[in-house]
Amino acid sequence: MLTHSRSLGSRAFDVFNIILMLALCLITLYPFYNILITSFNDPADAARGGITFWPRVFSIDNYRIVFQDENMLRAFIVTLARTILGTATAVLFTGAFAYGISKTELVGRRVFLIMAIVTMYFSGGIIPYYLVVAKYLHLKGHFLVYIIPNLFNVFNAIIMLTFFKALPKEIEESAKIDGANDLRIFFQLVLPVSKPVLATIALYNAVFHWNSWYDAMLFGGDKLLTLQQILMQIISSNSNVSQLASQLGYGAVSAASLKLATMVITTLPIVFTYPFVQKYFVQGVMIGSVKG
Amino acid sequence: MSSIPAKHRLRNRIWQQRYLLILTLPVVLWMIVFNYIPMYGLIIAFQEYTPFQGFIHSPWLGFGNFRELFADPTFRDSLYNTFKISIAKLVFGFPAPIILALLLNELVFKRFKRIVQSLTYLPYFVSWVLVVGFMYTLLDPDTGVISKLLVNLGIIGSDTMLMGDSHSFLVLVVFTEIWKNIGWNSIIYLAAIAGIDPQLYEAAVVDGANRFRRVWHITLPALKPTIIILLILSIGGLVNSNFDQMFMMQNSLTQDAANVLSVYSYKMGLVAGRFSYGTAIGLFQSIVAFVLMYIANFTSNKITKESLF
Repeated sequence: MLTHSRSLGSRAFDVFNIILMLALCLITLYPFYNILITSFNDPADAARGGITFWPRVFSIDNYRIVFQDENMLRAFIVTLARTILGTATAVLFTGAFAYGISKTELVGRRVFLIMAIVTMYFSGGIIPYYLVVAKYLHLKGHFLVYIIPNLFNVFNAIIMLTFFKALPKEIEESAKIDGANDLRIFFQLVLPVSKPVLATIALYNAVFHWNSWYDAMLFGGDKLLTLQQILMQIISSNSNVSQLASQLGYGAVSAASLKLATMVITTLPIVFTYPFVQKYFVQGVMIGSVKG
Repeated sequence: MSSIPAKHRLRNRIWQQRYLLILTLPVVLWMIVFNYIPMYGLIIAFQEYTPFQGFIHSPWLGFGNFRELFADPTFRDSLYNTFKISIAKLVFGFPAPIILALLLNELVFKRFKRIVQSLTYLPYFVSWVLVVGFMYTLLDPDTGVISKLLVNLGIIGSDTMLMGDSHSFLVLVVFTEIWKNIGWNSIIYLAAIAGIDPQLYEAAVVDGANRFRRVWHITLPALKPTIIILLILSIGGLVNSNFDQMFMMQNSLTQDAANVLSVYSYKMGLVAGRFSYGTAIGLFQSIVAFVLMYIANFTSNKITKESLF
């Protein structure tokens, strides 16, 4: 531990620094907090504004309306399904590639590796990509459009590759002598000892799927709306909300308040799981930055 | 005749590695379909693409799309906006996580440091849809808490609609970019700081260097390689303004200010259905990005001996 010189200036700086960091925490957290309390306020009352620290008129009307909406329910199921399925398949698919590439003796390894690295710097851009997915693969409007195009991510592959390379070789070698093939080694030996990196990559994928709206906008269609896409539509045009509200007979409900409930529902899973999984997120940056 | 044993050897190796290849080849195929065929599809920037004729049979236009592009005033505006926003983000957003990492490192209570760190990462994990949703709520001229605060402080007039004002647009873009990413982007600098040999600091204390001098002469020089690599990448990214943020923040009042290259490419290509024209915008963007990164890398290599490639 370093001994700081306890001069007056140094102590004043410490105090200033602590205050600055507290202010930063406040600026970071307050928007979340404000949305939360306003969402639990009576919608008509909320339209008066000025809800700063605590709900003025407590009410769960906003949530009642949101949960009665069929579109919301369907979007919730679609989002949950793509998050679970998309995460599981992407981790497996990306991990399998990274494991194969981690073996220096692999035939064609250099070519595959260069192919992957080139995609970090060059891409066809959004329009040719759209044409391939929609016009040539005919995935538009199909649930698999959320899964297949997201099976692989080159940055995640590099994190996994770095991890696999650092694994001790002895266990795999002795398994090979015992006659186990590479598939068995990968699934039964390598994956179980790779839990930290699998958790990290799974979380990156889960956040991506949970937050996705762009591919839903391009390829989804009405039956495959995701939560974020509905939210995007509500934010972009408040007409949707008033339409939704009047359909359900809540004419007086303010559009803004309904938006709030949806925002809270889409944020909650991230905020609540965050403290428990936060260290895995950071791990990815650490593993990734070793390689540079 | 000597090629036959070599061929045999290759075939043998492939057979021996068949299970490894089963693990690897699906992604290779995936990359061809989702990365390389779209790259090939860039040729439609030089065509008049029609869905019926496809990538291969659409009629050629040569540089026709690009000639139209450079004469298009909306394109020129989008280019100007893109650079304006990116440079503002670079000037204010790039140093922010470095300063945060340095300040966090100076915190005496390590537990407090960890808590601040974890909290500041949080916004990185929510979508831009949500961030812009927060903004509309907090900056609402009638009910928004932040709007009220700014009015009371005399910073804005009571009828200012911040989200519909093209003058406050740039400030909001830069502020929210920093708000969302400062914590996450500081991780890599904190990791670099953690790798500095503590003996350097101890020696500096013995020599009578104060805190500011220790940061200036030890911490910052140790961060230099990381800063330069990230700066090169940022300069390459000058031409790619954040699509999600721009797309969400545009409304009928801020349309002109939010018209950046990626948004314009999307609008022309996929909304207006001018696939070739939109692709030409995208291709122009990629080429400029690559040239900028190359120049940044070259310059850095000459001046500081640090480079990305």
